[in-house]
Amino acid sequence: MPFTVIAALRFLREGRFQTVLILSGVAVGAAVIVFLVALITGLQDDLISRTLGTQPHIVLRPADDAARSLFRPAPGETLDAQVEKRAQRLRSIDGWQRVLADAAATPGVIAVSPMASGPAFAARGSAQKSVALLGIEPERYTRIVPVNMKMAAGSFRVSGEDAVIGVDLAKDLGASIGDKVRLSTAGGRTQVVTVAGIFDLGLRDLNRRWVLITLRSAQTLLDLAGGVTNIDLSVRDLFGAEAVARTIAARTGLAAESWMKTNAELLAGLRGQNGSSAMIQFFVSVAVAFGISSVLVVSVVQKSREIGILRAMGASRRAVMTIFLLQGAVVALAGSVLGCALGTWAALAFQSWQGVFHVWLGWQLYAAAIAGATAIGTLAAIAPALRASHLEPVAAIRYGG
Amino acid sequence: MAANVLEAYGVRKSYGVGSETETEILHGIDLALGQGEMVALTGPSGAGKSTFLNVMGLLERPTAGRIRVNGEDIADLGESGLTRLRGRSIGFIFQFHHLMPAFSALENVLMPILVDRGRPDAEMRERATELLDKVGLGAFLERRPGKLSGGQQQRVAVARALAMMPPLVLADEPTGNLDTASADAVFTLLRTFNRDFGVTFLIVSHDPRLARRCDRVLELVDGRLTGQWAGDEVPARYD
Repeated sequence: MPFTVIAALRFLREGRFQTVLILSGVAVGAAVIVFLVALITGLQDDLISRTLGTQPHIVLRPADDAARSLFRPAPGETLDAQVEKRAQRLRSIDGWQRVLADAAATPGVIAVSPMASGPAFAARGSAQKSVALLGIEPERYTRIVPVNMKMAAGSFRVSGEDAVIGVDLAKDLGASIGDKVRLSTAGGRTQVVTVAGIFDLGLRDLNRRWVLITLRSAQTLLDLAGGVTNIDLSVRDLFGAEAVARTIAARTGLAAESWMKTNAELLAGLRGQNGSSAMIQFFVSVAVAFGISSVLVVSVVQKSREIGILRAMGASRRAVMTIFLLQGAVVALAGSVLGCALGTWAALAFQSWQGVFHVWLGWQLYAAAIAGATAIGTLAAIAPALRASHLEPVAAIRYGG
Repeated sequence: MAANVLEAYGVRKSYGVGSETETEILHGIDLALGQGEMVALTGPSGAGKSTFLNVMGLLERPTAGRIRVNGEDIADLGESGLTRLRGRSIGFIFQFHHLMPAFSALENVLMPILVDRGRPDAEMRERATELLDKVGLGAFLERRPGKLSGGQQQRVAVARALAMMPPLVLADEPTGNLDTASADAVFTLLRTFNRDFGVTFLIVSHDPRLARRCDRVLELVDGRLTGQWAGDEVPARYD
């Protein structure tokens, strides 16, 4: 071990009370940060996964129908017109197979799923409910919204005449597995399906309205003849969804809506939370840095005689400086390791107490906390180290005697 | 005659240079210490003995004049060169031993070598152990200074001053703080190292008995060297 390291460790060991003080300061600071980040990240992951558990990251739809002017006024003429907004009918995406392939090939996209959806009525006996028909290709769709993981009864089987409905709709219709339900649309088409499974997505609105049937059945019922109304996408980088949506919209001319747009408020909330968390982390770090710095300054004064002796024996200013920088770094490193343990314990205790979501305790958190603390400790030691390195050996020995 | 270990020509030292309170402590010192000499420096308190040692020991630069250590003129050296020359050529023994309390006796002796080389090695340990053996503390290698008597502490300090085998050792009242028996033992040690290894000693001392046992005695009064005698010719007024 180099002599500077030996001296730094020995000085720390010798100033036992100060070392304990400064270690606890760093440990508490690091623990607060670890706890805070574990909590907020866990909470946000939970919120996002809840939100995105039932919706695709991006939805592609045909662009809205717009009213077009039949007249084009000649130069100098003015046109008085009352423009009525057009009612948006159910339309399919032109050449959707091509769009689907194109979207799937877009970088960052990890799953695509075509869907024909529209309004319908579901009837069983005298009960009749308004529902949303979701015509899907089950293999593809479950990679976007994992309904198959959220089955309350039966199995996720969407094929031929088999359909999957939500728990609240099943209750409303008094339907259980194997029961027949009649679906009818405003266009007058009807089809009888068998309830093969009942899902519970945790959202009453969806549990009451969603009816999952095959894409082909939905196309027939909704008069879409081979068309799809929307294409759902999943992306790898959640927070890059909006950028991907824009790229695809620009390329295809379709309307592409990302979850970030449809959940703008949630996103603003998360951003605000991240901002306040960053502020807290910043001020905790500053407080810890001042703590390290002030304790080391005192230690420089107390050790001035030893510093003088080292200098008399030929230790350079740089070596003395290194000794104190190392003390800052070592204390911060050790304190942050302690703090990580403490913060983890607090986070896990909190998790088992509230039991709703999982705190996030990734290795990145620890790596960042320890590296950050060590850097802060070293920086905080600069002022004391400079002071130590500028002690004149003679003065140090004389006054320290 | 052997080459001089330390040479000083017209060395002056002032404090507060350029200010109204500028005070000159040393007024032109000429000095030559030959290799293997054992020289005592006496004088009334306030004569500038400590400043003399600090300047000759390269802890402070002189305001004027030249100093050569082992033939090297310190005017040619920058801060780090001076520090290195000091570490390798000069050992210090202070009145209050000034050992590092956080380190064992052995580590204290190792310290100058560590400072010079950066890392400890087996050979260094061996040398330090040998030195502590020579000063009679072979059994206390791992003791902290706080657990040693005053005389033992000062003997550790002697071993430390010799760790780098410097040609020159400066001692400031090395026995001033010790009882007569311990003082005798420490001085005898210095004499031994002086005879056996040819180390040059410059010892500041108030103790005329000690001064008389040196080869040469210098008297410093008001920042000037005013007298010089062979050890056994020190005038009786010093008793």
